[in-house]
Amino acid sequence: MRLGAYALRRLLLVVPVLLAALFLTFALTRIVPGNPIDRVTGPYVSEERRAELKEEAYLDRPFYEQFALYTRDLLSGDMGTSYTTAQAVTKDIRERFPASFELVTYAMLVAVGIAVPLGILSALKRDTWIDQVARVVSVAGVSMPIFWLGLILLYVFFYYLGWLPGPVGRTGSLVETPDTTTGILTLDALLKGDPGAFWDAVKALILPVATLAFVAMAPIARLTRSSMAEVLESDYVRTARSLGLPARVVVLHHGLKNALIPILTMIAAVYGYALGGEVLVEIIFAWPGLGNYSYQAILNSDFPAIQGFVLVVTLFYMLIYLVLDLITATLDPRVKY
Amino acid sequence: MATQPWSDETRLGHLGDAVAAPGAPGRLGDILYQLRGNKATMAGALIIALVVLGALIGPFLTPYGPYEIDLAQESAPPSLSHPFGTDQYGQDVLTRVLVAARLDLLIALSAVTISMVLGVLLGAVSGFLGRRVDEAIMRSQDVVQAFPRFVFAMAIAWALGAGVLTVIVATAAVNVPGYARLMRNLMLSVKESQFALAATAVGNSRLRLLWRHLLPNCMAPIIVVSTLQCGWAILEAAGLSFIGLGVQVPRAEWGVMISMGLQDFLQGHWWIYTFPGLAIAFTVLGFNLLGDGLQDILDPRRRRA
Repeated sequence: MRLGAYALRRLLLVVPVLLAALFLTFALTRIVPGNPIDRVTGPYVSEERRAELKEEAYLDRPFYEQFALYTRDLLSGDMGTSYTTAQAVTKDIRERFPASFELVTYAMLVAVGIAVPLGILSALKRDTWIDQVARVVSVAGVSMPIFWLGLILLYVFFYYLGWLPGPVGRTGSLVETPDTTTGILTLDALLKGDPGAFWDAVKALILPVATLAFVAMAPIARLTRSSMAEVLESDYVRTARSLGLPARVVVLHHGLKNALIPILTMIAAVYGYALGGEVLVEIIFAWPGLGNYSYQAILNSDFPAIQGFVLVVTLFYMLIYLVLDLITATLDPRVKY
Repeated sequence: MATQPWSDETRLGHLGDAVAAPGAPGRLGDILYQLRGNKATMAGALIIALVVLGALIGPFLTPYGPYEIDLAQESAPPSLSHPFGTDQYGQDVLTRVLVAARLDLLIALSAVTISMVLGVLLGAVSGFLGRRVDEAIMRSQDVVQAFPRFVFAMAIAWALGAGVLTVIVATAAVNVPGYARLMRNLMLSVKESQFALAATAVGNSRLRLLWRHLLPNCMAPIIVVSTLQCGWAILEAAGLSFIGLGVQVPRAEWGVMISMGLQDFLQGHWWIYTFPGLAIAFTVLGFNLLGDGLQDILDPRRRRA
C-alpha cells in the first residue's frame, strides 16, 4: 500500500533526528561545569566512593567512549540508575508514564474538543459575542503563565470553595495503588466496574486537565478561526452554497475538511507545548508523573534521570508528530507519498 | 519538521507578501495611521509603556526596598500600607513586583535579541546559499525542534547551572529554530524578486546584495515575531525560575515570587503569588496585542485603507 510505504519512509526519517537528539541530550548532561558526580554527591562523600560512582557511570572514560557505552546500554533497555530513587531509570519512568499520559491526553482531548468547535463558530459568526469570547479566551490563554493559572484554580476550587481535591496528586495519597492494570486510573476503574474509584480519579483530574487544556486551547482556537475564515471565503465554498447544499454539509465537508491541515499541524505543535507545560502543572498538583520526576531529578542533580526524562518525552513527542503527519497525509490528496 | 505555535510560518507565512509589496505601506507615518485604527494594538502599546514606566520609576514611589525584611509584617494581606500584601519574610510584594519587571524585561529582551540575531543569520545563509548549506542548517534545526520546547530549555538550564545568564541562554536557544525557519522562507521569496535581480544587474556583489538589499526587506515580519517572542520569553523564563533552574530565591523575579507563594499555598496567602502572576499576564498580554496588531498592519489583506 502506498500509505504504508510513506509511513515507513517517514519513520526512517525519524531515525537520524532521534540519534542527533540522543547525542544532544547526552552532551548536555556532560558539559555540566565540574563533574556531574560531584554535584550528585555533595561535599560529604569520600573520594573512593566518588571514584566508584564515576566508574559506574563511565565518567572516568573519554567522552566518545561514554556516549558509545551509553547508547549500547540504552539499546538493551538500560538508562542507568537514578540517584534519587536508587532504582533503574527505566523502571521509574515506566511507573510514572501512565500518570503523565493520562493527564496530557485528557487535556489535549478537552482542548481540541472545545477549541475546534469554538474556532469554527467564531469564523461563522464573525464579530458576534461568540467570536469575542473566542478572542478573549485565546488571548488570555497565550498570556497566562500556566503554573500561575494552576495555583489560582486551586485556590478558588479547592481552598476557597472546597469543591475539588487539593494538590495531592491522583489518589490523595503519595503511595500509588499497586493493583493497576494499565496505570491509567480512569480506565482501570472502568475495567473493574468501580464507579467510586472512577469518580475519585476524575475529580483529581479536573483541575490539572483544565489548567493544561485552557492554555493549549488558545492557539488551536485561534488558528481554527483564521483557517476556517479563509476557506469559507473561497470560491468552492461559495459554489457549494450556491448549489443549495445544506449549511452543515458546506461547513463540515467543504469547509472544515480543507481547513483541517493547518489545524492538525498546530495541534502537533501545541502537543509539544503541553508536554512542557505538563512539568509545571505536575509540580503544582503534586501529580506523580514524569514532570514531577524530572523536577526531583533536577533538585538532586540526578543526571541519569534527567537524561531519561528528556529522551522519553522527546521520543513521545516525535511519535505524536509522526501520527499527526500520517493523518495529514491521508487527508490531503496533495501530499505525495 | 516541527512548527512551533505562535512564532511560525503557519501564522506568518503571508507576511512575505507584505514585504514584497511596493510603495508607502510600512513607512512610519503609515504605521502610526494604521495603529490609530486598531484599538487592540493601541492597548498593547499602552500596556508595554506602562510596564516599562513601572519598572523604571515604580520602585522609587514605594517606601520599601525589594529586599527589606520586616518580620513583624510577615505574610500580611493587602492593606493600605502594603497594597499587594507582604511575603513570608515581610517583604513588600508591590515593590518586588515593580523591581522584578526590570529583571524580567531584561531577560526577555536579551533572550529575544540573541535568538533573533542567531536565527536570522542561520536562516538568511540557509535561504541565500541553498543546497548543502541549507540542508545542513535546516536539519540541525529539526533536531532542536524535535524536543518539546520547554523540556529542551530545562535540559540546557540544568547543564549550565541556575542563574540569570542561564535563563537568557536557555530561552534564546529554544527560539532560534523558529526565526531560522521564518527567515529562510522570507529569503527564498525575496531572493527571486525583481529588485534582487536589478541589484545584481547593476553590479552589486553577492555579499552586498544579501546585506543591503535582501536582509532589510525581510525585517518587517521578523520584528513582528520578535514582539510576540518577547511575551513568550517572559513566560519561559518565569517557568524556568519557578522550577529553580533560573533566577534564584530570594531575587525579585516574577517566577521566583510565584514559587515562594507556592510554598505557603496551604496557608491561603493568595497575594504572594497572585500579583506577580498578574504582572506576567499583563506584560505578556501587552506584547501579544502589540504583535498581533503589527502583523495586521503589515498584512496587505488586513490593512485599513
